Amino acid sequence: MINKYPIWKNLIVAGALTLGLIYALPNIYPPDFALQVSGESDGVVVTESTLKAVGTSLEEAGLTYFSPEIIDGKAQIRVPDDDTQIKALAVAERAVHDLPGDYIVAMTTAPTTPDWLDSLSAEPMKYGLDLRGGVHFLLEVNTAKVISDRIETLETDVKRKLREAKLRYSDVSSPEPRVLRAEFASEEVRDEARTLLASQYREFEMLSLDDGLPAITMTLTTAMVREIEDFAISQNIQTTRNRVNELGVSEPLVQRLGRNRIVVDLPGVQDPAIAKNILGKVATLEFRMEAQPSAPRSTTLGFDYNGRSTNLERKIVVRGERVIDAKVGFDPETSLPQVNITLDSEGGELMHRATRNDIGRRLGVVFIETKTRDSYEMVDGVEVKVQKPYVVKRVISLATVQAALGVQFRITGLEAGEARDLALLLRAGALAAEMFIAEERTVGASLGQENIELGAISVTVGLGLVLLFMLIYYKVFGIAANVALVANLVLLIAVMSSIGATLTLPGIAGIVLTVGMAVDANVLIFSRIREELANGMSPQGAINAGFERAFVTIFDANLTTLIVAVILYSIGTGPVKGFAITLSIGILTSMFTAIMGTRAIINLIYGGRNVKKLAI
Amino acid sequence: MAENSMSENESQNNLADAGAQQGQDGEQEGWRRTPKNTVKIIDFMKFRKIAASISLVLVLASAVSLGINQLEWGLDFTGGTLVEVVYEEAADPQQIRAQLDDAGYEGHVVQYFGSERDVLVRMPPQKALDAAQNARLGDSIIEALKTATTSEVSLRRSEFVGPAVGEELANQGGLGMLTALALVMLYIAFRFQLKFAFGAVVALFHDVVITLGIFSVARWDFDLTVLAALLAVIGYSLNDTIVVSDRIRENFRKVRKGTSFEVINLSLSQTLGRTIVTSLTTLLVLFALFFLGGELIRGFAIGLIIGVCVGTYSSIYVAANVLVALNISKEDLAIPIKEGAEDPDLAA
Repeated sequence: MINKYPIWKNLIVAGALTLGLIYALPNIYPPDFALQVSGESDGVVVTESTLKAVGTSLEEAGLTYFSPEIIDGKAQIRVPDDDTQIKALAVAERAVHDLPGDYIVAMTTAPTTPDWLDSLSAEPMKYGLDLRGGVHFLLEVNTAKVISDRIETLETDVKRKLREAKLRYSDVSSPEPRVLRAEFASEEVRDEARTLLASQYREFEMLSLDDGLPAITMTLTTAMVREIEDFAISQNIQTTRNRVNELGVSEPLVQRLGRNRIVVDLPGVQDPAIAKNILGKVATLEFRMEAQPSAPRSTTLGFDYNGRSTNLERKIVVRGERVIDAKVGFDPETSLPQVNITLDSEGGELMHRATRNDIGRRLGVVFIETKTRDSYEMVDGVEVKVQKPYVVKRVISLATVQAALGVQFRITGLEAGEARDLALLLRAGALAAEMFIAEERTVGASLGQENIELGAISVTVGLGLVLLFMLIYYKVFGIAANVALVANLVLLIAVMSSIGATLTLPGIAGIVLTVGMAVDANVLIFSRIREELANGMSPQGAINAGFERAFVTIFDANLTTLIVAVILYSIGTGPVKGFAITLSIGILTSMFTAIMGTRAIINLIYGGRNVKKLAI
Repeated sequence: MAENSMSENESQNNLADAGAQQGQDGEQEGWRRTPKNTVKIIDFMKFRKIAASISLVLVLASAVSLGINQLEWGLDFTGGTLVEVVYEEAADPQQIRAQLDDAGYEGHVVQYFGSERDVLVRMPPQKALDAAQNARLGDSIIEALKTATTSEVSLRRSEFVGPAVGEELANQGGLGMLTALALVMLYIAFRFQLKFAFGAVVALFHDVVITLGIFSVARWDFDLTVLAALLAVIGYSLNDTIVVSDRIRENFRKVRKGTSFEVINLSLSQTLGRTIVTSLTTLLVLFALFFLGGELIRGFAIGLIIGVCVGTYSSIYVAANVLVALNISKEDLAIPIKEGAEDPDLAA
């Protein structure tokens, strides 16, 4: 037994460690405090002159800043400290207020990763809200209401259709949330009605019943329910995104969670009340006919349409709450993109009435939203910032009516991108499904900073204690285990940084725990070596036997812990997930470093020579 | 890989009889095959009845406490509002309570959090308010606290958890715990043997119930981080139990003579050093976390500290005890012939 690793194994260990070092390295460069200036809507672009204007006012205010640059259409200006950052924010907001166009200034952090690491796409770990400070919302969309609304619409629709077809019904009602039941006097009428309705409502399951009066039930299929829910959620997400943009947050997160929830993370936001006010606002839509050139001024209104002015009639054809669906589709004949719009039955009726005699005229869609704007007022000789709400109305589509429109119609002649944007806006302006706050967590910036510091101290002290203990208890072998332990920490951080995992406070706890538990593999190996030595085995033989025999145990023990960590991940929410992630990654990296890494070191120290005694 | 090392273990056993193969490796000549242990064998199982009684009493006491006191469910599970603020100067909780009473809030708890300037206010969902107003309760509390004092008040954190979310979490947590136990039992039954799986699960159950019991008796807050700690305890305790079980299995296959008692005592004695060292390093970092990690992580640290202590004990006395009670024997761990046949050494 010579205990020498083949070169390839040593190379694997060295390679993994080098990669680990490179990808963990960005974390030692503390980020700069910075400001980010972006356009409030897509149309407003941040240019060099915007950047220059902000820079000039910062200079005038006597505030230092450095490396101003434009990245992906957003300006970024670095400042030396957090104090300057707050002052600079106010100055920059004032500066962009005077510029044409609407800009948003947000506080952010800018990474200081050196270029060579950047070119290897090595990035520092992301911090969770509990470490950066900010507001987290879990919003719940009332999808049940959306479904019952749909059934309600169906009810009026069905009644009207039956009346039009002169089929007498005795009752149409909804006994259950997803079901509509229609009762008839005779089976003949019932069957006739069924044929009629089945041809028109393919998304429903039809069932003929004879309990009491002859009846049919129409049930929304599960697939359809899902589709309606998905639509409601995506609509709410869109609306929420628009709102969040207005808040001026540098890296917001708006994401669907499960069936009917939306997560909103707003790093850096300190006032949950303001965030709630802005998130709570909704946009609306109005469909209006374009004004005839001869129309008197009193019956028309002027709107902005892509920078041009256009006149629409004062009279509103249909409002946004009548819009049930708007999505991108393709013309079956030309394969060109289009937007398919579905109105509810009453909306369809109104639309039909308004358009049947006006074919050839243009129909405009007005998008209306309430925004807040900073303005500056003089109060007692001091300029103060006040936030004022204002209403923006603009035309997002102006299309020629080709035929009398009804419940379903489409807008054609669009580019793919235009169609997508239009569908999004239409959905955002349609009556959004009711949404309420299921959970809110706000962490102040000072607490976040404190959490980082406490976390760093705990990791350092925990690590120090374990290193010391291992050194004293296992001597030379302890050194090997310690090198492996530090390597494990480096690998853990490298993996977390490169997969873009978010570090949270429980995540830090997971790292600390990993430090304590990762040595277990080495302890197992070393006690086995001691045991074999005591059994009278030769040093080299004992080293080999120790590693070989402990392996099964380590494998089983770690795999079961991994099972638990995965379960923890799947049931946990945000912070607990963070713990589960660090724990899982820590288990995997520790198996590598404790088994292969330590073996490589021990082999380097003792391998290939005649050893009389082991320092263990 | 696992399979490889396993068959190696077995080959070594059989080599003890065949002896001759050893000569190939000069260095190993002095290696005697039959483990003639220099480890001092402690008669752990002598105390098995006492240990079992202690465990039983602790589990029962925990169950009773959980039944009567229940757990101090944290905000994560009950729903409600929590606000932590920092005053410029030391704050008077009495006065803050009065302020909140004046504002018409019910069921509030006001306490210091870490220092006398740091105040934590907790409130259950207010019946007088509707859902939307309850969601904004935190903002109103901050407003009330700010207006009623001249001292500067700044927000450290505020949390609102809706009733549905809390209930869901509790259900998910329970479900997760059961899934963890079931999966782990399956894995151990597959890798070891059903009796071991049973022993491990009893040990885990023991650890979880006692840790919960201590939280219940001490009336500590049971929040999401403590739930995470509890699952980590399952992971840790399992780790310990598997290490011990692994050695018991090995010794049953290796030691030709000796009763189950003796084999288990030998295995426990052999792994004792490792059990203590690992518990020690884990406790070292947990104490670092407890003392230095801050208030938010303290519950997590306590949960794990208790869990690690109980888990260490249970891997010795609960898991092994169950094996004895189930009459574990060599026959339970007979080496399947198939595995051995794959080993070239055996053919010689």
